Amino acid sequence: MNTEIVDLLIVGAGPAGMAAAVEAAKAGLSVAVLDEQPRPGGQIYRNVETAGATRDKVLGPEYVAGRSLADSFRQSGVRYMPGALVWNIGTDMMVDYSLGGHSSQIQAANVLAATGALERPVPMPGWTLPGVTTVGALQILLKSAGLVQPDAVLVGSGPLLWLVAQQMVAAGMPPKAIVENTPRGRVLEALKYVPRALRARSYLLKGLAMIRRVRRAGVPIYRHATALRVEGKDRAEALRFRAGGKLHRIESGNIALHQGVIPNQQITRLLRAEHFWDEAQKCFRPKLDDDGQSTAKGLYVAGDGGGITGAASAALEGRLVALGIAGRMGHPVAADRIARLRVVLARDAAVRPLLETLYAPAPEILSPADDVTICRCEEITAGTIRETVRLGAPGPNQVKSLLRTGMGPCQGRVCGLAVSCLIAETRKQSPQVTDYYRIRPPLKPLPLTELAAFEPAPDTPEVIEK
Amino acid sequence: MAPSNPRRIDQGRVVTFSFEGQTVRACEGESVAAALTAAGIRDFRNSIVSGQPRGIYCMMGACFDCLVEIDGVPNRQACMTEVQEGMFVRRQAGAVEVKA
Amino acid sequence: MTFEIAASPARVAPEMSADLLIIGGGIHGCSAALHAAKRGMKVIVIEKDSVARHSSGVNAGGVRRLGRHYAEVPLSQHSMQIWYKLGELLDDDTGFQVAPQIRIAETEEELSGLRQRVSDLNDMGFTHEVILSPEEVRGYLPALTVPVAGALASLRDGYAQPFWTTFAFYQKAAKIGVCFYEGCSVEKIHRAGKIWQAITPEGIFRAPKLLVAAGAWSGRIAETLGERAPEEAIAPMMIVTSRLPPFCDAVVGAAGRPLSFKQMPNGTVVIGGGRRGRVDPGSNKSEILFNQLYKSAGTVTELFPIMRQASAVRTWSGVEGRMPDDIPVLGPSARHEGLYYEFGFSAHGFQMGPGVGDIMAELIATGTTWAPLEPFSISRFLA
Repeated sequence: MNTEIVDLLIVGAGPAGMAAAVEAAKAGLSVAVLDEQPRPGGQIYRNVETAGATRDKVLGPEYVAGRSLADSFRQSGVRYMPGALVWNIGTDMMVDYSLGGHSSQIQAANVLAATGALERPVPMPGWTLPGVTTVGALQILLKSAGLVQPDAVLVGSGPLLWLVAQQMVAAGMPPKAIVENTPRGRVLEALKYVPRALRARSYLLKGLAMIRRVRRAGVPIYRHATALRVEGKDRAEALRFRAGGKLHRIESGNIALHQGVIPNQQITRLLRAEHFWDEAQKCFRPKLDDDGQSTAKGLYVAGDGGGITGAASAALEGRLVALGIAGRMGHPVAADRIARLRVVLARDAAVRPLLETLYAPAPEILSPADDVTICRCEEITAGTIRETVRLGAPGPNQVKSLLRTGMGPCQGRVCGLAVSCLIAETRKQSPQVTDYYRIRPPLKPLPLTELAAFEPAPDTPEVIEK
Repeated sequence: MAPSNPRRIDQGRVVTFSFEGQTVRACEGESVAAALTAAGIRDFRNSIVSGQPRGIYCMMGACFDCLVEIDGVPNRQACMTEVQEGMFVRRQAGAVEVKA
Repeated sequence: MTFEIAASPARVAPEMSADLLIIGGGIHGCSAALHAAKRGMKVIVIEKDSVARHSSGVNAGGVRRLGRHYAEVPLSQHSMQIWYKLGELLDDDTGFQVAPQIRIAETEEELSGLRQRVSDLNDMGFTHEVILSPEEVRGYLPALTVPVAGALASLRDGYAQPFWTTFAFYQKAAKIGVCFYEGCSVEKIHRAGKIWQAITPEGIFRAPKLLVAAGAWSGRIAETLGERAPEEAIAPMMIVTSRLPPFCDAVVGAAGRPLSFKQMPNGTVVIGGGRRGRVDPGSNKSEILFNQLYKSAGTVTELFPIMRQASAVRTWSGVEGRMPDDIPVLGPSARHEGLYYEFGFSAHGFQMGPGVGDIMAELIATGTTWAPLEPFSISRFLA
């Protein structure tokens, strides 16, 4: 019996994954979509199929717009596997995954990693206390369970922070306060990108409208905050900070942090694709060619995983990757459609330089104090990491071997970027040189009993060595 | 000052499960993490190295802070597991407690 | 993907001439460097990636005399004595723990093979390996539930943290004057008169003596020097699990199945056993093949039911060098003066590092060594 080979295996059913699936199926490719969540939508359209009228109103029309994509996805005829966790991908594009407590393999010809973004780590004193979450987590509580925290303090910067604040206002429970930590002078720095951003002016106008609505709801807004720290013994009790030349303390059991989002590198790093440090976005991104292919042959990336561009661009990228693969596999695709998609994609990207400059992470977050926990899983502080580097550890993988940073179950999803930046700062080098953790399978811990019962694909060679 | 509990903006079909012996009312389709959060439960486990209390952080399956024991199986991400009627959920103490 | 090391002052020295050049910054290269420096030699180590980047940094950490090829036993025994005092040698704790290494025999036939071995070793003058009765096995391994006929044990073997240990050798060697050049590949080797020249992008290194301790890449170096050494690159795979409460103090293997298993002080369990992944030494890449590795999970959960509650948190492998007869290449070149080899440890070289480095340093510095190196000679591969 021969191993079935899927033309395109897509990991992630967010906008990039869903749009790619729809295009690929239409073009005649065999497609499998594996996603950890039980329903399509990724994070941005999480639960969009079952949101209901109340959540629709609170979350807003852009969220609701994802529903039609989910519908198209459902009707596309692709093999959709919700609740499937991809935990390894071989260099030959053999995909190892877990579904319903059982692990097996699918051989793909091409893999599209559409696993989106993660929140940038926001290390500060007290950030591991129960009650401290990301701003994204508050939004997920809203989207997935209709829950709103009444005394939430939103801390940090970025469009998501304002979006969630607006959604909480719409829900009748505005945040208790917004504590923005954008350093002074950023607006000035960002002004030069305004002309370009005007090409995507509707996005800008929506953003300004969001901020206006939050202000009108009377939410106290603090600006240029520094010396952020969460206070509390066994749980978050208050946020302390300095702003406007004064020290502030806001009592709250729900403190939500945000300093932008960054590409989820787990799959691209697992396959040892080349990455580069994007100084403007202050994160690592995989090197992709015009077709969205990484330097790992057969591995494509679309959506925020390739660089932060937002939901609309994610869908466009997904479509382009799928059409490109279909074309190269000999299926007819419309060249003019591809050209049009590229034009829209370029226009959508126009706002990015402005946002990246305005909302780049604050220095205090990129360089936390010595006593701040950086690796949450293994509880390693910034000071310990700095000391180990000073004693000679040259990079994140050596620091990992010596201190266990990155050896916990999250495998660097939270701490990775912070550790790389800390090492780069201590060694006075660019993060490009420092680089990042080597990522190893399984991407998430796998019960040994499930691994013992693993079902290899039929007809695979026992051992291959070059 | 005790933190206030989150409010629900809508209601779904009720599902009940137990957490540390108490009954928790949840809504169909939500995660164990969301349900515990709605019930005012903030600390899900004690951390491995120092025993500090930990609860939800990312709600998207990335941080592994929301680990609980569900139906006897430890190290389950509460935010990635949908509530089921009759689930038996317990806090995770340290690394893990192994049944003899 | 290239990994660039930014030079830091302690590690790059201006001199390019030495008494001894060592190619390879794994445990063997670093150990030989340290011991040679202690004998007064000026040493330069040239490492194409970073210290402990390959096998030395990623192996399962077993510090094992148990079960070795008879020719290795005296070297392994010598190495063990150094392990016991490693903290003093290196000014660093290195995470070394003394622990029994136990190889279970599930059948009488397996056990009788092990008995014969103990008898042979005793004849050779070695008493560190003993036979355990089933009751004694239960005493050491209460969590083992399959019936056993007995076991072979070396009660004072142990385990260590491989990266930490190798790094500690490197740091101590650097402290006493060894110069390390990392991220530096030897492109060509010349002999000009009595001087070896190693040509690298950083320049030409020169010394009258050259030691090839370059792991899986050594065989190719030997070939370019006109000596046959059919070394194969392999990728042994390992699993580390989630933490479990303490249930096993020993390092466990089995006579009849591939297995190596130890519980670390922090409760995680490291599972080895020699199943191999995919490897490409040219690109430093090794890859896990789960359609092989899953069998290790099966073996462990069958023998130790407590492991059924553990998760595989991570797997990894590395690029290791194996010789066809599974023993290393050690000793002087058969062709050239002033050239020495220390490679091909076939997935069991870590424990030998401290001792073999010492032996090679003695050989290189004085021209002779107490250790019987004949069985390891590169000349055994002469066609």
